[in-house]
Amino acid sequence: MRLRRLSRVVKQGALYLSALAFTVFAVFPFYWMFLTAFKQNRDLYVGATDLRHIPWIFNDPPTLEHVKLLFGGTPYLTWVGNTVYIGALVVLITVVFAVPAGYSLARLTGAWGERMGIGIFLTYLIPPTLLFIPFSRVISVFGLQNSPWALVLVYPTFTIPFCTWLMMGFFRSIPKDLEEQAMIDGYSRLSVILKVVFPLAISGILTVVIFAFTLVMQEFVYALTFISSVGRMTVSLGVPVALVRGDVFYWGSLMAACLITSVPIAVVYNLFIDRFISGLTAGALKG
Amino acid sequence: MALPEGAQETMTAAPVLRRRTVADREDLLGRILLTPALLYVLLLVGVPFVLAILLSFSRATSGSLAFSWAGLQNFAAVISDPQFRRALQNTVLFTVVSQVLVVVLATSAALVVDALLVGKRVVRFLILLPWAAPVSLAAMAWTWIFDSTFSVVNWTLKVAGLLKGWFYWFGDPTLAMIAIITVHVWRMFPFATVIVLAGRTAIPQDVSEQAMIDGAGFWRKLFQVELPLLLPIVAVAVLFGMVFTSTDLSIVWLLTRGGPYNSTHVLASLAFQRGILGADLGQGAAIALFLLPVLVIVAVAMLRLARRVEVGV
Repeated sequence: MRLRRLSRVVKQGALYLSALAFTVFAVFPFYWMFLTAFKQNRDLYVGATDLRHIPWIFNDPPTLEHVKLLFGGTPYLTWVGNTVYIGALVVLITVVFAVPAGYSLARLTGAWGERMGIGIFLTYLIPPTLLFIPFSRVISVFGLQNSPWALVLVYPTFTIPFCTWLMMGFFRSIPKDLEEQAMIDGYSRLSVILKVVFPLAISGILTVVIFAFTLVMQEFVYALTFISSVGRMTVSLGVPVALVRGDVFYWGSLMAACLITSVPIAVVYNLFIDRFISGLTAGALKG
Repeated sequence: MALPEGAQETMTAAPVLRRRTVADREDLLGRILLTPALLYVLLLVGVPFVLAILLSFSRATSGSLAFSWAGLQNFAAVISDPQFRRALQNTVLFTVVSQVLVVVLATSAALVVDALLVGKRVVRFLILLPWAAPVSLAAMAWTWIFDSTFSVVNWTLKVAGLLKGWFYWFGDPTLAMIAIITVHVWRMFPFATVIVLAGRTAIPQDVSEQAMIDGAGFWRKLFQVELPLLLPIVAVAVLFGMVFTSTDLSIVWLLTRGGPYNSTHVLASLAFQRGILGADLGQGAAIALFLLPVLVIVAVAMLRLARRVEVGV
């Protein structure tokens, strides 16, 4: 009896220990961002050969110096502004194109639409690294090199397919009866969409807004290809590429920027991840 | 209150006999609602995709808009180039190794998280962070972690007595490759874990319970009941993982810029270096096009999988 209890304790212990190991592996770089962002330089820049100086903790009191430098002495806020501006436009384009398309695929187009839907979903698999070279051609034909409009034009190529797919799944989950009843009552299909479906779809549209925006914040390849001047960069490009003095990174401010940018995105993303995953796997498993 | 003739009639008849307009023709309405999105994707994904193929057969440079046919010249140049062969080899290596590790880690992480009685949501939230954070910023954190002078990894290994000399992470090809793979695994395993977790909730609990009643031990239950049931969902995670890893540019670019001595280039980073920085669009396009087979295989596998799951295998 005691033996069995012991083995249960050991099992539970092993379980929580392995959960801890996974968590530590996942979180460690964020902890590192945090430490670096708030350490004083004399605590930060101690060579790792000095084994008596423990890098895992604050050896000197933490400082806000790097954060102040980030906001006051670097273009970080400009980059945030650029990102919000581009993100808002991309979100607007995405909603206008993807929401009606999602409804159409869910309700109006039948088997033909089903195939179209799979086609649209598969375009999500075509990566930026295959398209950035032809895009650089297209962008220069339009004269949009180094312009935020290049990104506004290109980003919907991945937000629209994915969000169309998400909205399609969302509209399918709304009971058909509601719409049918409204049509029996004499509404046209279009007014059903506007007066019955649209209000019910608000939470789905909110998901699309969040996803389109976080995808824009995470994008790096197209921004690297099209944007060259520091003042026009987005956060995910400017922070890794332009927070340098000559050849030396401002590591403290850089990690502060990484932390301040990543954590809010990660939190929001986490809240919506279940929808995202069910969209992806429904795409792959049910077609 | 003189209504025009006929107006009253229409109003009273409206609920039943209202004339059918575009707003009622479902097929037409469906097309109207779908077309804008379809056109956007066709014009800005379809056309560039075709252009990518055309460019790879041309002598295009980003300086001029001229477009002259070069036949297979770009491909011939690329294939005989040792740097390209190294990049191709690295792409395959990084993708396969990281996906194997991701499958093992993600499946076990999912089983562990699912078995937790307390703290399940918190652990899931924390494990998911690497996937949610912008990849370029995460890559910078790792660049700093592997810094040649200040690497905390080196310090910890030294203190633990596991490291005699010194690791110059980005100065040595093997170490640089280990670093790149580590970051890929770190970024992709959370994504796969969440997919597997979502898939597990779809597996009926009674199967597992029945196996328990039938007297199957933990390992037998795991390998003969649970894992086979998880296979399709793990396959989905791997397919996505393959696409995201094999086509990724940012991690290699930010960690090593393809160095040291061009030993860690992958197809994406080499295409960027030649096509965008070197302005040789033709060759860049030819290099990037070698990613296409992976994508075709993944797309076909996805569709296959979809069909198999649909018939209930």
